[in-house]
Amino acid sequence: MADPHDAKDHRDPDQHPQDVVEQPAAPSDPTVPATKGVLRSIRWGELLVPILAIFTAILVGAVIVFLSAPAEKGSRLHVTWEAFKGLFIGAFGNWAEPSTIPNALSGTLVESTPYILAGLAVALGFKAGLFNIGAEGQLLIGALTAVSIGVWLPGWIGVESLPAIIHLPLAVLGGFVGGGLWGAIPGYLRAKTGAHEVITTIMLNYIALRLIDYMIVSGPMKDPAGSAPRTPFVQGPAILPQFVGVVRDPSLTGGNTYQPLIATTSSTWDLRVHAGLLIALLAVVFVWWLLNRTPKGFEIKTVGANPQAARYAGMSIVSTTVLTMTLSGGLAGLAGAGQVLGLEHNMKSVFSGGLGFDSIAIALLAKSNPIAIIPAALFWGALRQGAGAMQIRSGISINLINIIQALVIIFVAADQIVRWIYRIRREQGGQMVFTRGWGK
Amino acid sequence: MNNVIPALEVRDITKRFPGVLANDHISFTLLPGEIHAFLGENGAGKSTLMNILYGLYAPDEGQIFINGEAVTIRNPSDAIARGLGMVHQEYALVDTLTVTENIILGTELQKNLLIDRKRAHQEVERLSQEYGLIVPPDSLVGDLPVGVQQRVEILKALYRRVNMLILDEPTAVLTPQEADDLFRVMRELADQGKSIIFITHKLREVLAVADRITVLRRGKVVGSANPHESTERSLAAMMVGREVVLQVEKGPAHPGEVVLEVEGLAALDDRGVQVLNDVSLEVRAGEVLGIAGVQGNGQTELVQAITGLQPASHGKVRLKGQDITALEPRQITAKGVAYIPEDRKGTGLVLDYTIAENMVLSTYYKPPFTQGLTLKEEAISEHADELIETFDVRTPSQLTAAGSLSGGNQQKIIVAREFSRDNVLLIASQPTRGIDVGSIEFIHKSIIAQRDAGVAVLLVSAELDEVLSLADRVAVMYHGSIVATLPAAEATRERVGLLMAGVQQEETTNG
Repeated sequence: MADPHDAKDHRDPDQHPQDVVEQPAAPSDPTVPATKGVLRSIRWGELLVPILAIFTAILVGAVIVFLSAPAEKGSRLHVTWEAFKGLFIGAFGNWAEPSTIPNALSGTLVESTPYILAGLAVALGFKAGLFNIGAEGQLLIGALTAVSIGVWLPGWIGVESLPAIIHLPLAVLGGFVGGGLWGAIPGYLRAKTGAHEVITTIMLNYIALRLIDYMIVSGPMKDPAGSAPRTPFVQGPAILPQFVGVVRDPSLTGGNTYQPLIATTSSTWDLRVHAGLLIALLAVVFVWWLLNRTPKGFEIKTVGANPQAARYAGMSIVSTTVLTMTLSGGLAGLAGAGQVLGLEHNMKSVFSGGLGFDSIAIALLAKSNPIAIIPAALFWGALRQGAGAMQIRSGISINLINIIQALVIIFVAADQIVRWIYRIRREQGGQMVFTRGWGK
Repeated sequence: MNNVIPALEVRDITKRFPGVLANDHISFTLLPGEIHAFLGENGAGKSTLMNILYGLYAPDEGQIFINGEAVTIRNPSDAIARGLGMVHQEYALVDTLTVTENIILGTELQKNLLIDRKRAHQEVERLSQEYGLIVPPDSLVGDLPVGVQQRVEILKALYRRVNMLILDEPTAVLTPQEADDLFRVMRELADQGKSIIFITHKLREVLAVADRITVLRRGKVVGSANPHESTERSLAAMMVGREVVLQVEKGPAHPGEVVLEVEGLAALDDRGVQVLNDVSLEVRAGEVLGIAGVQGNGQTELVQAITGLQPASHGKVRLKGQDITALEPRQITAKGVAYIPEDRKGTGLVLDYTIAENMVLSTYYKPPFTQGLTLKEEAISEHADELIETFDVRTPSQLTAAGSLSGGNQQKIIVAREFSRDNVLLIASQPTRGIDVGSIEFIHKSIIAQRDAGVAVLLVSAELDEVLSLADRVAVMYHGSIVATLPAAEATRERVGLLMAGVQQEETTNG
């Protein structure tokens, strides 16, 4: 590089094709509308792996059903067929008897609702490179704060009751804030001290679980009128109403009247699906918008993709981490709030049954894409909802549903979890790290 | 020479990777006692070829002959057993073992179940003297300078009785004097009948040491050359495929006011070791201050302290008289500091992001890219189109992921992004490491254009040639301190090289 003689530039700008992209590619085409997808959303090719995973899991599940079929129910093949038929009927109704369809579909939606919110919570964490295992705890705390506001807020401020337009939003917000605070703690610890969120969120799960045991089983929130340990029922204006349903006798609900949006007397149309589903769908839209259309979302994704580059670009890793964990916890909290305000109307000491843990699987199945959370949650909800009918029709154990779910996680996540934990990047083929040295 | 059986012959070696033909029917011979240089840009296929020879890749087609006999090399031990050794760019040495222990590692001579240290020691001494590779046999490897560690690596190969040695970019981490020492050793080895394959992209070195030169471009052998009949110009043209300008065109600098003032700066590295001691410097508007030094002498920490990425433990950084020592990176950027980081892939870019996204990585939150609560795709997209055009980024589209572009084009994304703001100070750290000659030319011109537009430029580079050709003043860093600052006219290769090696020379200041 030190030839002093010739300083003339012989370069013809059209004549140096030596530094093109590594893969053969067409030159830039100005006619292609360039704005579309500058901030990418769904890459359809990525759907292949989850779909194949579900397919494989069901296939392996069928083999297990076949092998474990109880003899008194007929041939193994028959039992297997009946089992999956039962699963379908349970989740989507018996299409030969149309009257069963609304209830079955409603049940699937009810099961899916918390999965959408909690799955979204975990997915948002993944986007920022955070593994929020604490959705379970955040969900419990969110349910606790929501139910508290739903039951006692009017009393605290000294009124008989509040209008739904005030009471319900406050109760829902309470769930978001409660879960959000429970998420903010590990977020802050991670950002400021480096304490890994996997450890701290697991510990906070235990704290949440025990706190709820204390509050509900023996503590101040137990309903003295209830035989089982549970809180009192939330007040009527604080519930997330059923869309269509039968008005229940207030004596069954602690004297509260729960008014569905459309009241009916037909048991066919007494559907459990409630307004929490709307909150879940709104949350999906919000998270998609946040991630793909806002500068904050750009920061969250950048911190997740390359924290060093994020810092170099002047982003604050501390505030992004705390913000993401707070939002993530808040979404999980909303899932808990939806369950108590829309479905159970009180909070029992045994409450979630691992919703928060299943949501990790849902986030993985959806590859953290907020839109894809919806079908993933519906799939999970359908398995849950269909499990009962599956058991009844075929006589096989309900645990098999859990096994199929576990298989799905394994097939989807084995790839994903490993890649995630080790931060292995895809699509860098051809290059490998070789052992150095002399091969001995 | 025609009657000599080549030590190594390669015929029609072809290797494909998805979408890339890395080696396309490559043939060459390596004669006994020959230093055969392989010249080529990054991505020309040199590393793939060497990895095939060393048994790390299997070729898709082609044959390898050693001493006239067709062989299949399955793995590195196989290669060594056949007399072919390799010294990688990163050494495979154990810092906490001695030189002798490192050399015998894996092939220990045993006596009554114990390592025969005495014999090992004698053997190492004998080899060391035979080839003029002076090493302290009982010192811990971790305590030795890089140049000596490299000799240990070469001894390791010789100890395993190889007669062919592949040296992969061996001078990348050496001072010019250490490199000259290496060339002397290479010559000594060749005179004693060993064959050497010397891989490099530095033209000067090839002319200095090679007996024969093979030039690779895009996976093919594009020519052979005899060093006595070649010039740097002719080799560069062959390597790149067109005439290239080796000397950066630039007029005299017109330094203005002081823009960057660093005073008594000290910093610790990740492990808490002090790696920057009391560094003071000044960069004026319209001049390039080049920082020369072997990698790892505190340059990284100096730049990180100035840009706010790592806090300084002592000292002050002032920008146009304003104290910026404790500011966050974003605030420093906002004051007009552009920064090309040394780690292009790890720091400068988000490889999964599109080019358009990478081009707004530090300005996405400002208008016109963000308005109100939302990002404006159209503004981001227009900005990208404009910069792709201006900075000649070769890409199929602005939506291509940055990670799928060549190194040179990736670097142009960074340069485009940093230069697209209004700057008063440009910090360029290793701005052309590992990229093609065309992009190097472009980036060098852009840096000089910034200087001429009145920007103060702080250039940090481990490539001495780059510093010497761009800088108006040269500061040399050694062990975390600036040991000298010279005007460009006095900064000769020889003098800067000695300073880089830590040799102080108050008496010989007649540069």
